[in-house]
Amino acid sequence: MNEAFEPVLLRRRGVAGSQTLAYYQQDGGYNGLQKALKMTPAEVIKVVSDSGLRGRGGAGFHTGSKWGFLPKNYEGPIYLCVNGDESEPGTFNNRILIEEDPHQLLEGIAIASYATGASVAYLYLRYEYGQCYRTLEKAIEEMYANNLLGKNILGSNFSLDVYLVRGACAYICGEETGLIESLEGKRAWPRIKPPFPAIEGAFRRPTVVNNIETLACVTHILDKGPEWFMSMGVPKDPNNPRDPGSYGPKLYCVSGHVNNPGLFELPLGITARELIEKHAGGVWKGRKVKAVVPGGISMGFLSADELDTPLDFAGPGKAGCLGLGTAAVIVIDDQTSMVDVLYNNCRFFAHESCGQCTPCREGTAWSSKILRRIRDGHGKMSDLKTLEDISNTIGIMPGTTICGLADGAAWPIKNALKKFRPEFEEYISKGQKTEMREALAAH
Amino acid sequence: MPSLFINSVEIEVQPKENIVQAARRAGVEIPHYCWHPDLSVVASCRMCLVEAGTKKDDGTVAMQPRLVPACQTPATPNTVVVTDSPKVKSSQAQTLEYLLLNHPLDCSICDQAGECYLQDYTYQFGKAESRLDEPKVQRQDKYYIGEQIALFTDRCVMCTRCVRFTREYSGTAELFVTSRGSVEEIEVLPGQPCDNKLAGNVVDLCPVGALCSKDFLYKKRVWWLKSADSVCQLCSTGCSITVDQSESKVERVRPRENPQAQGSFMCDDGRFGWKFAHSENRIRAPRIGRASHGQVASPQLTTIGAPTNAVEQYSMSVNQSTPLATATVSDLTFADPWPGLINHLQSVLKQSAQDHPTKTLAVFSPFMTCEEAYLLADYLKKTNPKITLAMGPVPVVGEDDTYPKGPKGQSPAAEKTRFTIRAEKAPNRLGVEAVLQHFQKSIVNDEQWLSSMELNPFETVLVVGNSPAEWLNDETVSKLRRAGKLIVVDILENNLTHAADVVIPGVSFVEKEGTVVNHAGLAQTFHPAIRCSDGTRPDVRTYMELSGRSGLYHGPTIRAEMASVIPAFAAFETGELGELGKRVFS
Ligand SMILES: Cc1cc2nc3c(=O)[nH]c(=O)nc-3n(C[C@H](O)[C@H](O)[C@H](O)COP(=O)(O)O)c2cc1C
Ligand code: SF4
Ligand code: SF4
Ligand code: SF4
Ligand code: FES
Repeated sequence: MNEAFEPVLLRRRGVAGSQTLAYYQQDGGYNGLQKALKMTPAEVIKVVSDSGLRGRGGAGFHTGSKWGFLPKNYEGPIYLCVNGDESEPGTFNNRILIEEDPHQLLEGIAIASYATGASVAYLYLRYEYGQCYRTLEKAIEEMYANNLLGKNILGSNFSLDVYLVRGACAYICGEETGLIESLEGKRAWPRIKPPFPAIEGAFRRPTVVNNIETLACVTHILDKGPEWFMSMGVPKDPNNPRDPGSYGPKLYCVSGHVNNPGLFELPLGITARELIEKHAGGVWKGRKVKAVVPGGISMGFLSADELDTPLDFAGPGKAGCLGLGTAAVIVIDDQTSMVDVLYNNCRFFAHESCGQCTPCREGTAWSSKILRRIRDGHGKMSDLKTLEDISNTIGIMPGTTICGLADGAAWPIKNALKKFRPEFEEYISKGQKTEMREALAAH
Repeated sequence: MPSLFINSVEIEVQPKENIVQAARRAGVEIPHYCWHPDLSVVASCRMCLVEAGTKKDDGTVAMQPRLVPACQTPATPNTVVVTDSPKVKSSQAQTLEYLLLNHPLDCSICDQAGECYLQDYTYQFGKAESRLDEPKVQRQDKYYIGEQIALFTDRCVMCTRCVRFTREYSGTAELFVTSRGSVEEIEVLPGQPCDNKLAGNVVDLCPVGALCSKDFLYKKRVWWLKSADSVCQLCSTGCSITVDQSESKVERVRPRENPQAQGSFMCDDGRFGWKFAHSENRIRAPRIGRASHGQVASPQLTTIGAPTNAVEQYSMSVNQSTPLATATVSDLTFADPWPGLINHLQSVLKQSAQDHPTKTLAVFSPFMTCEEAYLLADYLKKTNPKITLAMGPVPVVGEDDTYPKGPKGQSPAAEKTRFTIRAEKAPNRLGVEAVLQHFQKSIVNDEQWLSSMELNPFETVLVVGNSPAEWLNDETVSKLRRAGKLIVVDILENNLTHAADVVIPGVSFVEKEGTVVNHAGLAQTFHPAIRCSDGTRPDVRTYMELSGRSGLYHGPTIRAEMASVIPAFAAFETGELGELGKRVFS
């Protein structure tokens, strides 16, 4: 069924001038917004809710429900925070969406703001995305010039300002409440919940935080309707009343040891195998898959036996991973040591832990030190138990930390030790050593 | 009454409590680092994780699958809390293992040892053995954090109490966290150390030995300290404090939580405001004879008229050039100067009251305790009701200093004020005034008695000082000097004692018992932490003996007597005001 799939979100990728308002409008742009403005905000929320759209930022939360949590008839400003911090390793779909088609996103922002009653949208953009910044700056300017932003948009009663904010260069700035703190000019230390942002978010006002891809989807849902959106993807599991299904198109970022890495737009639910073999050109150098990261490194690992796992919101979880995450697929070939992979993983989280919660702050650093020692050839079998305990107490056991970073740090350890244990044991018992690459040794 | 359950102990719900507080009432200590009742909840240390659930109407209990931070979870009706399950215990042990990972464990040289929450919790909730193999993160100690504060960076558990205190309470925001993850540190900006007037509190707040007081650093192991409940005397806020001493030397002062007085904290003026008790400048013996030009070390005896009593005769006879104050120990081995002094005072005051009752004046100070003021006033008025009792100056310095400060150092709005260092730099104006009001009917203020000193000087003047800092200006002293006889009670030598004919040593608040009434009418009794400095004795004893009362001073008895004599002190009825004091008047 995927053969015939026409990209939606990436339709204008690579087209000259696709970033301009003129091109976007002659290509049917701002249709969705016009439709939305003729509806009531509640009706817009209903459309988005009916489409089954789930957040693309990592947690897969049902977007319509999230918008519904805002207090009704709230007096005073409501804010939309657009999460463009995109720093989950392996993830680059937000960047392409912005660089290639900024108005698709901005239309979604306008629709979401209208639906939620937000009078200001903050677009929190990963600092390193300079090209995106300049593209967005231009696009926002064009919108103001054409009554698509500012007062009384397109003659309606709806007014909206969009502010472009450059991020503070840390992974944790992407966590929604870390983002809000950073937006407020503080250290991005995630907040404790409750209160959730919908009740008390940016500047202590009700706030919705949505990912860029999520909002790009909103544009098309308004334009083409919820049924169209639900025609793609994996329907609800009839045996599981709590499964909201995985509908719509999804941007899969494929990187690692493949012949043809890149960004692929496909309906939710494609298997890892199909994605790698059919779209990403297979594993490079004629090698085999050893492990696959299903959705950014915080999601854990699929083993070579689990490649038929569908990459929808439910699939990776069934295979013991944390979830679909950002659908950033990283392929690891059979010549790569999982000890190295896991070390690199742990090093990332140790570096990015914001340092608030004791278990995350100390556990991430400890796991990375232990793995480093194992790589240096000084591992002990008992280290594996310690690593397991760390993974359990920083993230696997629910409630041990404030935000999801620690879960993301825990899952790869858990998966690696479960699915690749013999490799770790052999590595330790043989006193193997990784030839240190200079770059790594520097850390 | 709605209730909740802590390890199946049922307790009543109280408004606005979290599970840590509710558990405490049920006799269960939930270990915690980052939570403090006066600071915002960050729930970051994760030490307080417990299992929680809800008891439903049908009696069944639904437990949440996740652990919850007790500090962040309100103690609401029907909450069921479990703090001793294997799951909770293993989480506590694991969190402690994490906290100790990069902790230097230098307890043997750490000031906090003995009152350290890392030690205590490790002992109670930790694991017996350690599996730490990796080198610890090592960090520079920071002696520059504050003039009075040093940071032993390695020992920090990153609870951020100190940071939140400077943001939320002092409002000065000097402290912050720098860097990230396991290498983060508490820091200040260059040239902007944590030197605000509430800074010392961060040392008390620090649950471990990371922030230490330079003043106390390496002075004493805390287990040698003995404590007494006391009340700061440096301003009319009257902070409840604990005085820690060893071998009759005060080592440090800490705030003692009292919601009726100041809350949980105190200011640095008060924190170091006990030092005068150990001053070189203490008056260590009674002295008769006026010193010339402030030469305290060898005042010349100038007796007025013929020696009339034992002390004067004694001091004249020992050696004309060896006054009591400078007599060597061997000169005085067998001499107890006090009985003679009391006799002398009694006869001087009696004589004066007889010869010129309206020309006899007693000036009280706002540094006196209620009991002192009462005993002295009672004695004088009984000697002769015409003796004038007056109030001495009440020192006021600047304006009330309120916190938290705004970003530009501005004072908070009244309703946002969390701490006030009062401009009135004396502990007991209200208490002394109430006593004077009773005995004198109206309060004779400085202006009144000072102007009479000019026109028509009093013959005999008794002044009680007892201020830790210089109290009267030279002009006032020179006016007082015009009295025929100037009798002074004071703690430290100063311009007033230099001018006096009789000097009676008083003692500081750390050496005595007494009650003071703060700006809001809260009466608090403080207790002696150390023995009276050599050669001195509590002021109340002097006044008891002057008035010929028998027996030893017993605070509760005197206070109960005050309650029956002075209606304003009705709240003193039982003689006991409890640890937190009682509001006597407002
Ligand atoms: C450590 C951490 C980092 C995150 N980083 C991002 C990010 O870079 N971009 C993003 O959209 N969401 C990120 N998230 C998820 C956000 O918290 C939030 O769930 C999301 O922005 C909500 O948008 P959505 O509902 O549209 O997916 C992160 C979450 C965690 C725990
Ligand atoms: S889990 Fe880690 S990253 Fe998240 S708030 Fe806690 S310390 Fe920070
Ligand atoms: S210095 Fe003390 S109070 Fe401050 S964060 Fe560290 S442990 Fe907490
Ligand atoms: S505020 Fe006043 S009473 Fe409190 S410690 Fe400071 S000086 Fe003492
Ligand atoms: S005391 Fe509750 S998390 Fe620190």
